[in-house]
Amino acid sequence: MSRTDSVAVAGVGMHPWGAWGKPFIGYGSAAARAALADAGIGWRDVQLVVGGETIRNGYPGFVAGSALSQALGWHGAPVASCYAACATGAQALSTARAHILAGLADVVLVVGADTTPKGFFAPVGGERPDDPDWLRFRLLGATNPAYFGLYARRRMALRGSTEADFAAVKVKNARAGALNPNARFRAEVDAETVLNSPMVSDPLRLLQICATSDGAAAVVLTSEDYARRLNKDAVRIRAVSAPTPTYPRTVPDFPYLASDSMASNSTATAAPATRTFRESLAHAAYEAAGIGPEDVDLAEVYDLTTAMELDWYEEIGLCAPGDAEKLLHEGATALGGRVPVNTSGGLSSFGEAIPAQAIAQVCELTWQLRGDAGARQVERARVGVAVNQGLFGHGSAIVVGRK
Amino acid sequence: MTDGIPAAPGTEGWFREGPDGFALLAGRCTACGALSFPPRTVPGCPDPGCEGLEQSPEPLSTTGTLWSYTDARYAPPPPYPRPPGTEFEPYALAAVELAAERMIVLGQVAPGVPTGALQVGMTMELTPGTLRSSAGVEERVWNFRPAPNYEAYTGEAQA
Ligand SMILES: [Zn+2]
Repeated sequence: MSRTDSVAVAGVGMHPWGAWGKPFIGYGSAAARAALADAGIGWRDVQLVVGGETIRNGYPGFVAGSALSQALGWHGAPVASCYAACATGAQALSTARAHILAGLADVVLVVGADTTPKGFFAPVGGERPDDPDWLRFRLLGATNPAYFGLYARRRMALRGSTEADFAAVKVKNARAGALNPNARFRAEVDAETVLNSPMVSDPLRLLQICATSDGAAAVVLTSEDYARRLNKDAVRIRAVSAPTPTYPRTVPDFPYLASDSMASNSTATAAPATRTFRESLAHAAYEAAGIGPEDVDLAEVYDLTTAMELDWYEEIGLCAPGDAEKLLHEGATALGGRVPVNTSGGLSSFGEAIPAQAIAQVCELTWQLRGDAGARQVERARVGVAVNQGLFGHGSAIVVGRK
Repeated sequence: MTDGIPAAPGTEGWFREGPDGFALLAGRCTACGALSFPPRTVPGCPDPGCEGLEQSPEPLSTTGTLWSYTDARYAPPPPYPRPPGTEFEPYALAAVELAAERMIVLGQVAPGVPTGALQVGMTMELTPGTLRSSAGVEERVWNFRPAPNYEAYTGEAQA
């Protein structure tokens, strides 16, 4: 990896996640102040503010970059605001990184924060039949857990996974989350409790689906030279990949009502990709960072459901297709295992605060690579990967490495 | 056969009723044949290598294999309709890989079919479905249900 391709993570910070019911900008300001203090950088030294948009309680009208700048006190720095559904934070990081690599800024503050209503995510109001997100709710009542249920059932049919396998993921992540002061859910959970929780979307029960939360995360990215002068250059972003799907999509991704046709009787030019969209995310980041999955010491993956965490093991190359349950039950992905996954406790312990999630993943990887993860510390961690996927063909992977 | 129930909002041109039977209608690119469901509302082909701008309606297979299924045990939030004076009834959802097109289409499973009656790989068939709007008005949608004699099915699609 050439030095010119990477930027330094000079500081990270979070506001604890929970159901606080306060304005999102308060959480964002707290996380931003924490990240700046961690970096030893003053607010007025920030040369660009990138905010992850929140669409709660309205439309993308909470222009996060400027709302945050106003909250911290205007000092003239330009802002950028991003929305990419669950990949929002990654897009914000990508924007910050691009500015630094292009030489347009040395110090960029990236913040994501949200206040989230209880219950299912739902599209914003109005009669909007041109929005596929509106259509899936209006016609099918297909919530996010419904799509996750389809994927989980598919995994059970294809791989022979069981509800107990899924529950073991929750047990593992709750154990890690119990050690994380920023997590919302900090109690260990046993498999029996998971398997007795109410069914939401067969085969997924309440404790196998992540909650919705309030929370915030912030990262200060700087050029390597700037970080070196501050002695904050230990951790670097080595790659951010955010490809879109390629045609034809073989799986019905949410919020869409159908996959593309795989029939060979048309004269279409496109052949199915060798990798699924989700597989392509980490692959692109590994390629950009010049590493392979065997180089990964730990991973943060979007466990929107316990079943989905198992899918990710295979999709990011931690094991061969079909071997995720084996990897889990061997303890490889638990704290103390060969390649711990979701050492933060994951979305399972945090819940979704959409614009903050991908940034929070980078916070966790940074603490781990610096050796600052306390009771969750992974020994000798040098390379971490974070992956996520969201609505409308968004998704990303980020490789973070130690110098 | 048509019972005069109007298409649900947003689904005009998505299915056909009448003497030839109920079928979903895809948009078929007139240049390359690529299929889109629902039909695209913006001109253009889903294939990035095709410059076609026109689509013509194309009926899709009315049978396929069950790719996966789930259900809704809790009432989905709006805009899912909640007719006045009704209790929420859990229902199943199916993802069906259509036989000829190998396109996976989502739909509600016909009322009264529990998830216990479903199995990935079984043959499903398309059937007209009825939603009731929040104003209590009947709306036409599509449903899937297990085919009556799916064991005999020998389509080319794989589960
Ligand atoms: Zn075409």
